[in-house]
Amino acid sequence: MSEAAIPPTLKIHAPPAELEREPLVENQRGPGWISDQISGIVEGKTPKWWWVAFSISFPTMLMLFAVLAYLISTGVGIYGNNHPVMWGWPIVNFVWWIGIGHAGTLISAILFLLRQKWRTGVNRAAEAMTIFAVMCAGIFPLIHIGRAWLGWWLFPIPNANSIWPQFRSPLMWDVFAVSTYFTVSLLFWYVGLVPDLAVMRDRSKTKIRKFLYGLFSLGWTGSNRHWSNYEKAYLILAGLSTPLVLSVHSIVSLDFAVSNLPGWHTTIFPPYFVAGAVFSGFGMVLTLLIPLRRLCKLEEIITVRHIELMCKVTLAVGSIVSYAYGMEVFIAWYSGSPYEKFAFWNRAFGPYWWGYWTMITCNVLVPQFFWFKKVRTNMLFVWVLSIFVNIGMWFERFEIVITSLSREFLPSNWGYFAPTIWDILTYIGTFGLFFTMFLLFLRFLPMIAISEVKGVTPQADPHHPLGGAKPGGHH
Amino acid sequence: MSESSKLYGLIAEFDTPAALMHAAEKVRDSGFRKWDVFTPFPVHGMDKAMGMRNSKVGWFSFIGGATGYLTGMLMIWWMNAVDYAIPVGGKPMFSPHGAFPPSYELTILFGAFGAILGMLFLNRLPRLHHPLLKHKRFALATHDRFFIVIETSDPKFSGTDTRKLLESTGSKHIEGVED
Repeated sequence: MSEAAIPPTLKIHAPPAELEREPLVENQRGPGWISDQISGIVEGKTPKWWWVAFSISFPTMLMLFAVLAYLISTGVGIYGNNHPVMWGWPIVNFVWWIGIGHAGTLISAILFLLRQKWRTGVNRAAEAMTIFAVMCAGIFPLIHIGRAWLGWWLFPIPNANSIWPQFRSPLMWDVFAVSTYFTVSLLFWYVGLVPDLAVMRDRSKTKIRKFLYGLFSLGWTGSNRHWSNYEKAYLILAGLSTPLVLSVHSIVSLDFAVSNLPGWHTTIFPPYFVAGAVFSGFGMVLTLLIPLRRLCKLEEIITVRHIELMCKVTLAVGSIVSYAYGMEVFIAWYSGSPYEKFAFWNRAFGPYWWGYWTMITCNVLVPQFFWFKKVRTNMLFVWVLSIFVNIGMWFERFEIVITSLSREFLPSNWGYFAPTIWDILTYIGTFGLFFTMFLLFLRFLPMIAISEVKGVTPQADPHHPLGGAKPGGHH
Repeated sequence: MSESSKLYGLIAEFDTPAALMHAAEKVRDSGFRKWDVFTPFPVHGMDKAMGMRNSKVGWFSFIGGATGYLTGMLMIWWMNAVDYAIPVGGKPMFSPHGAFPPSYELTILFGAFGAILGMLFLNRLPRLHHPLLKHKRFALATHDRFFIVIETSDPKFSGTDTRKLLESTGSKHIEGVED
């Protein structure tokens, strides 16, 4: 239909300038610029800051291996875990790390299903964060069982005693949830990487690069017949990862909730854990990406709007977490159970009161700053707040695991948990592992989904003037 | 390049997705079957412009997921209720509720493998070699250019007419691709 045929009353006018959305890629950058900018991070000389960060994280990772060797050769006795607090820091750290991973999947899967196009700027790095965080998490349950070399008994593999795993235990569910989570996250990440590895292959100047990127890009050509199957597979993976990510932390929470311990035995745990996981994960995404966008000169792709949107998600899930804290206390009182009441009274005013109030400060009060646009657009401020979120969520898991176990039904079963230096060194060591992996990722793989970012620019839209559409034409 | 018998096809280059889409519609309407469009990102509406049908990846994923769920349920029933029954707290030897969480995870795991392997199978990937990957300008297909390739093996392919058709779509670079 030509312009003239539309009656003037039916014409839809363009929105006023102040209502226009800020573009996802600033300065109308086109696909060529996006390739150059993102691949440039991998192709250029290794920057100084990378070496500085690597020279800290790599020895820290080696220290982790040394501590683990000492632990396995000596026994869990080197940790603070003892009766009645048998779970201790390893489980606190396990839940904390696995929670961090959840933001990556939320960004890559749930925001994909919700058609939030801004996810393209941050999903690759967030997914990488997920994978490395789950690797760190996976270490803890394995090492705290005592005889780590028998960890394979958790898998349904025939063993010498002919006994199978006991599937009525939520701990078994956890094995399946976490290993599926790791595998599917890795697959999802890799599938997303394939077209970008082809970009790297086609830009390679050296033979070895061309060979390796070529090998891992599986012979990708960018054929539309391939894209069609690829996009469908990607959509299905997003659709599968969404119930997966919700189930993983739900099942982790069932490790606690299925027991009869006051402070653990609550029905609110699955949604409360999932919200907490997403909250902590967004905290970590912000902690990582705010410095990176500056260091890698990606301000035009990870724009201030991206950071603002992530702050808003953090505020929203932080509010759900705050609600859960309130509801926990309310139900403890409303249940009329003296044990429940005591468990929560003890959390706030018992020997671990400092942990509880750190948690409340970091997780309930700190995110309130995100109501203000001035705060959300101040990168340094957001970065500092994001670290508080990470700290707060660690203390939440500390409170749940430690206080509940240290005050059981019988006062003769009471105790006080204190970590040893080995607990602390193991925890610090996992940061070494995490950052070493993350730095290697930044150095060798495109840290932003190149083809996905190209796809959300106006240049990619055949109906947009920048995509070559002629005014009045049907495209 | 001479159009010898070793030709794989004709490649036409475009600068914008809109130009590409118009050209694809033209090629589709001319009745070609062995041809394809190459883009640095998926272009929306291109499936229709090429006259393609919905992808079949979903079936692979569905079969994977169903297999996963059945595997989980059967495995747990056989292990905990048949092969070595362990009574725990007076609970039934097998209950679909207790077996659900691991089976649910296996549904997702196998469904994901189904989607990915199905996608690779339908795309005939991985492959280590493709005639187009040798072509000099084709490296731009992952950068910022858009290409249409019509293969010589298409029954409708004819050296001069096909080139004319591609010229009429407004492409400025049309070349032969060696096999």
